[in-house]
Amino acid sequence: MSAPWVLGGGGPVIPKFGTPNQCLKNNGWFCPGWVRDHWSDILQPALIQHIELTVIAVGIGFVASFVLAFVGFRFRVFDLPLGAATDFLYTIPSIALFQLLVPFTGLTVTTIEIALISYTLFVLYRNIVTGLRGVPAEVLESARGMGLTRRQTFWRVEVPLAMPAILAGVRVATVSTISIATVGAFLIYYGLGGPIFDALGQPDIFRTELVAAGGLAILLALTADALIALLQRVLTPWNRIR
Amino acid sequence: MLASLFVETFRFIGDNAGLLLHKTLETAKLAFTALGIGLAIALPLGLWLGHRHRGLTLALGTSTLGRALPSVVLIGLGIAWLGVGFWNNTVALVVLAVPPLLTNSYFAVEGADRDAVEAARGMGLTEAQILARVELPLGLPFILAGVRIAAVFVIATATIAGLFGGGGLGDIMVRPVSYGLAGVMAAALCVTALALLTAAVIGIGRRAAFRRMAPSA
Repeated sequence: MSAPWVLGGGGPVIPKFGTPNQCLKNNGWFCPGWVRDHWSDILQPALIQHIELTVIAVGIGFVASFVLAFVGFRFRVFDLPLGAATDFLYTIPSIALFQLLVPFTGLTVTTIEIALISYTLFVLYRNIVTGLRGVPAEVLESARGMGLTRRQTFWRVEVPLAMPAILAGVRVATVSTISIATVGAFLIYYGLGGPIFDALGQPDIFRTELVAAGGLAILLALTADALIALLQRVLTPWNRIR
Repeated sequence: MLASLFVETFRFIGDNAGLLLHKTLETAKLAFTALGIGLAIALPLGLWLGHRHRGLTLALGTSTLGRALPSVVLIGLGIAWLGVGFWNNTVALVVLAVPPLLTNSYFAVEGADRDAVEAARGMGLTEAQILARVELPLGLPFILAGVRIAAVFVIATATIAGLFGGGGLGDIMVRPVSYGLAGVMAAALCVTALALLTAAVIGIGRRAAFRRMAPSA
């Protein structure tokens, strides 16, 4: 594990990669040549790893939150302790959580995933429970009047009506996970955090690499947000009428 | 393994109480400065937009952008641009605090009972008075929920400052070689305690705001 870097060392920057041109020698904010040269060996693999990290974390986090939220929704006594537990997990700083997990899961992607999954619970649990609670009593009354069983009511009435709140939670969780996943590179070189930490570790901060990898992380987050917003429209067509 | 780590963590806390307190106060100073600046920016904007019932795209867009900016990238850019300092870390944390503050204050006011607002307007209250005396009290519990989330975000992330020489409990967390895993855990416990304590205090305020609403509801 690395000690904190000594930053701002000064002196001329000698980038580790690429043919040194004037832009790189000046440590320019964005040297297109470097980005072109290292798209396929640095940036693209990091981007793909980052997408994998996020999809797995949000996927597993969603399933776990849904199960927990179902318990907290059906059995109200569990709501407060479950909510407190997800709060507690979120307050553990990522840098410490990674180190606590290392003795068990080692310096692996699994360690990063466990931390990321535990952070998604904070947003997802609350949103799913709030969504399910928000279904109006009249609606539940008429579902019962139509002879729906408890299970049918849950899947055909409560879940669809809670969908906007649930998907809003997924949006926030996805965007936050993409952002937090960059810290995973504190542990191992993986995802967009890899080139970001690499750039920060250079004597004078390799600006182009920082801007390129950081920019990709931001673009990825905004793209994911837009895609889920689209999914929201497709899955809840009744909301469009208003 | 876990049991011994547990024991060592508490021994570390006992032996280094002064250091931990000092570092906790540093983290608290950083986090609360950021939270205060975040409130000063997001609250007036959210309240005003919510009162006008417009700017939903602006409020949501700003929030999404704020969430999308990774803290390490922001702090790194700040250092590359200005050099190491307290304010780099503060700015990154302000960006983190703004989204929940902005969205919650917007929806708190936007969702205030329209009949109550109309009645107030009919009684001759000015727009500023309507906001301050009707919409703000009605939306206060929801606004405080946003403050609570922002506080937890900011305190938990303030430790990233340790990676960039920003001081605070993060300083201990990024030096497992000097402080040991027990030291890292002790520092993490302090962060968690600070975050949960702050959340609890805001939660009490939130319940009080709810109770004050109850007679009129």
